[in-house]
Amino acid sequence: MKASTLRTLALLTALLIGAGFALVFFYAPNEADQGFIQKIFYLHVPLAIIALGGFVVGGIHAIRHLRSGDPVHDARSYVSIHASVIFGVAVLLTGAIWAKASWGKWWVWDEPTLVSFLIVFLLYCTYYPLRYAIEDRERQARYASVFAITAGAFVPLNFMAVRAAQSLVHPRTFGTVDGGLPGDMWLTFLVCFAGIALLWVTLVGFELVAKRTSGQLSRLRRALDEGADRPPLGSGVAGRIAPGGAGTR
Amino acid sequence: MPALPLDEAGKYVAAAYVVFVLLLVVYIGIMAAKLGRISREIEEIAELAERNRAAADERAAESARAEAEEVRS
Repeated sequence: MKASTLRTLALLTALLIGAGFALVFFYAPNEADQGFIQKIFYLHVPLAIIALGGFVVGGIHAIRHLRSGDPVHDARSYVSIHASVIFGVAVLLTGAIWAKASWGKWWVWDEPTLVSFLIVFLLYCTYYPLRYAIEDRERQARYASVFAITAGAFVPLNFMAVRAAQSLVHPRTFGTVDGGLPGDMWLTFLVCFAGIALLWVTLVGFELVAKRTSGQLSRLRRALDEGADRPPLGSGVAGRIAPGGAGTR
Repeated sequence: MPALPLDEAGKYVAAAYVVFVLLLVVYIGIMAAKLGRISREIEEIAELAERNRAAADERAAESARAEAEEVRS
């Protein structure tokens, strides 16, 4: 991703999130049942959908990595999962605040939606120790990809299982028999959703560029260290000039 | 459960949005620190490249001197 593309994405993200939040507080009506507290919905639900979607995207990149062996796909898989875990933290925190306001409790253990999200989140938290416990870079990438694919397949399965469980506490907002969201709420939700989705894409882009630059710098430093050990062409004098020398990295 | 009155619900809604913004700020802070590290590394590499070039020039001059000496003798 180019720097100019990232800048445009970042600007668009800020614009969309700003517009979304403005719609939440100045346009969308208060919900009849929950009142003002339902405004958390426009933040919590897009974050949750994007976090879960991001885990699946991480799994798709992992498949591409295993098929091609290209480390770029492994980096994309890692960064997608990383951004989604951060979004997952936001989902859990905003959800707990909403639960406290609505149900009087920070957490409800017999609610499948909450517990299943926590399980998925904790599952992905184990991705980091698994990945960094392996020193060999190639094996690390391969094992991480297998994990990302397995866990990524678990996300939609988990989602369907929870929908089938028909919980009584956690609301089902979309496509219920009682009717979904009214138009103005839908519009607000879609703008917020687009903003949060773009935020995810932007963060993933930034992280990928930072990772790539870091990798290029390491390669450059290694090349310079090795170059310092090599004598100049056409001379018989061998010298070792660079401090640290080759093989320090 | 009936809807909370605005003064009470407002605190929770504000808390949720503040948590989101705070997380974002922390993330951006971490990214900024990473960029700072990359920028320091670029400076170090530029310095290393300069030193390597100076050393290579010195070695080339030394070998030229040695060759000239050999020719003279």
